[in-house]
Amino acid sequence: MTALRGLLRKEIFHILRDRRTLTVLLALPVVQVILFGFAIRTDVNDVRLAIVDPAPDDATIALRNRFASAGVFRTVAVVPRAADLDPLFQTGAAQQAIVFEPGLAADLGRGEPGHMLIITDATEPNTGSLLQAYAQAVVQGYQQELIAAGRPSAGPAPRSAAGPPLAELLEGPPSAGPALRGGPAPRAVAIVPAVRLRFNPTRASSNLFVPGLMAFVLTIISSLMTAISLTREKETGTMEALLVSPLRPWEIIVGKVAPYLVIGFISVVAVLIEARLIFHVPLNGSLPLLLFEGGLYILVSLSLGILVSARTSSQRVAMMGVLLATMLPNVLLSGFIFPVESMPAPLRIVSYIVPGRWFVLIARGIMLKGIGLDYLWRETLILAAMAAALLIVSTRSFKERLD
Amino acid sequence: MSTVVVEALVKRFGRTTTALDGVSFTVAPGELFGFIGPDGAGKTTLFRLLVSLLRPDAGRASVLGLDVVREYRALRQRVGYMAGPFSLYPDLSVEENLRFFASVFGTTIEREHARIAPIYAQLEPFKTRRAAALSGGMKQKLALCCALVHRPEILLLDEPTKGVDAVSRREFWDLLGTLKRSGLTTIVSTPYMDEANRCDRIALIHRGRLLAVDAPGTITRAFDRPLLAVRARERYKALLALRGHEHAHSVYPFGDVIHYTDERADAPADQIGQELRAFLAANGFADASVEPLAPTVEDTFIARTAESESRISNPESRIPNPESQIPNPESRTGSS
Repeated sequence: MTALRGLLRKEIFHILRDRRTLTVLLALPVVQVILFGFAIRTDVNDVRLAIVDPAPDDATIALRNRFASAGVFRTVAVVPRAADLDPLFQTGAAQQAIVFEPGLAADLGRGEPGHMLIITDATEPNTGSLLQAYAQAVVQGYQQELIAAGRPSAGPAPRSAAGPPLAELLEGPPSAGPALRGGPAPRAVAIVPAVRLRFNPTRASSNLFVPGLMAFVLTIISSLMTAISLTREKETGTMEALLVSPLRPWEIIVGKVAPYLVIGFISVVAVLIEARLIFHVPLNGSLPLLLFEGGLYILVSLSLGILVSARTSSQRVAMMGVLLATMLPNVLLSGFIFPVESMPAPLRIVSYIVPGRWFVLIARGIMLKGIGLDYLWRETLILAAMAAALLIVSTRSFKERLD
Repeated sequence: MSTVVVEALVKRFGRTTTALDGVSFTVAPGELFGFIGPDGAGKTTLFRLLVSLLRPDAGRASVLGLDVVREYRALRQRVGYMAGPFSLYPDLSVEENLRFFASVFGTTIEREHARIAPIYAQLEPFKTRRAAALSGGMKQKLALCCALVHRPEILLLDEPTKGVDAVSRREFWDLLGTLKRSGLTTIVSTPYMDEANRCDRIALIHRGRLLAVDAPGTITRAFDRPLLAVRARERYKALLALRGHEHAHSVYPFGDVIHYTDERADAPADQIGQELRAFLAANGFADASVEPLAPTVEDTFIARTAESESRISNPESRIPNPESQIPNPESRTGSS
């Protein structure tokens, strides 16, 4: 036991002395959250909206008010003709345009379908379809209000009516189905689907990336640092001295790896706190469960790091090995950035053996859906099996000799 | 009973490299035993085999009566090993390094104070200094201290003085002498021929084979040819000229002189000296001086490698270029 304690103390000295690496290790998660949160967001705010309203009436004013109060749209131009839109789109001054036909209120009043055109800049397809969905939600909200008021063929909507914020439109009001509750509609036969997005109604990307980011940070700290600290012993020649000592392989491994397990845990907690404070990412499920799953994932990553270090003898090669074997798959194939569902079949099959995929699923389940082990036992079991298998393989691969 | 018994040890790396090619020797208890040979001779491989870090492909080795393959765990408790390159933690202080290696063996500096005191006394003024900032000699003393801290029954030091200045080397060997007087069996390897005389017995090792195993004095006495040192201003031209001499056996540069051995083993050195002086004068080296010389371990080594090589393979390389076999110029100017 003195041997293991000595080993741990030495490793802590190494970590504390290497200020630069320690700073990077501790700052990395914090900076990553901010980077992903602000710079690499995939959700849209501040949509530049152009409006073509040749003959304003009650209905168009009401809709324009609703767009204005939805919180994400900013009207940059109101032009009389649709032809005037081209330069706005070409210069990028507008991202989206609403074109009203003259006499919208009149059409609605007669019970005929009103016509409007939504034009969206789809240069970035994801952003484009997101904008499209936002705009439709606003229009639908207005339509539902008309139906709920019992006059699908109604007269003028109240001029001053400010619509609800977008989040509420997308999630739906607290009580279910305003469309169904609506009074008997004399002539309405249209089926109006009410669309609701659950767990992440505004599709805030921060809610999506934080679980993935935890996987990423844990991979860096656990796999990379383990591999580097083990191969460093080989480079300095001290591994020879450790091997020619009564230390058992497992003692060497535990002594080298345990400090990084602690740092990994600290980082996870830091990411969670930061995501909560800055981006209001919810933690709907149980924190202990999340930390337990994090622990499992750390074990998987540590084992991968040990495995890589057993096959390399320099820090540089180990770094490349970890990058290829763990970081790339965990970033690209885990669903952290690119959804697994939209991958081609072969890659989707590969993604099954990427530990990050399972951890991201679990973390999203716990944080956003608030579900527990009763739903996540399968993923947890897979992660636990991976951890057990990799731990056994990696300790076996750790050689007690040099050949 | 011998402390170390090695029989016909063979170690290969890959298909083409044979690092050790049938090495056999024994080391008696309390002996200071040295392996002398250039880089690449197989010294490090041999040491790693002896401390159980490598497994032999053939032959067997036992240290302290323990088989290095089967009983490696028990063996590792009892050997002190200092690997070739500096193998301490550069970012830890002198004291922290020592404390760590003590803890690995389940002991403390305080408990082992008596054993390491003579060496640690020299290190103590620098005990808070990081190992990276120590001088080469100090680093090696610290490494020795770390190898000794668990009271090993045998010490294996792989090239402990390599790359260390001449004064520190002498101090290091003085320490080894102190340890020897306490009865510790020590095996040490070195590329410096001049250090051979500090050992009880030495083994000359070259290309994975032992050329000779004996006391240094006995080995040089076995040098059976007249040896002369030649000084000339144009050294290289003189060397080429001497190689053309009809009785030359081997001619090689040695520091700033030329060593010449004659193939007539029984001829008196004075007579050969006169012959050479006349030969050099006739060849235009009027300033040349010639003196008979007592052979050193290095001369023996060069002679033996030349012999073993002409025995093994191509007869054309009967007189190898000794420059390529002597690893470090220091060895030629060192005191022996």
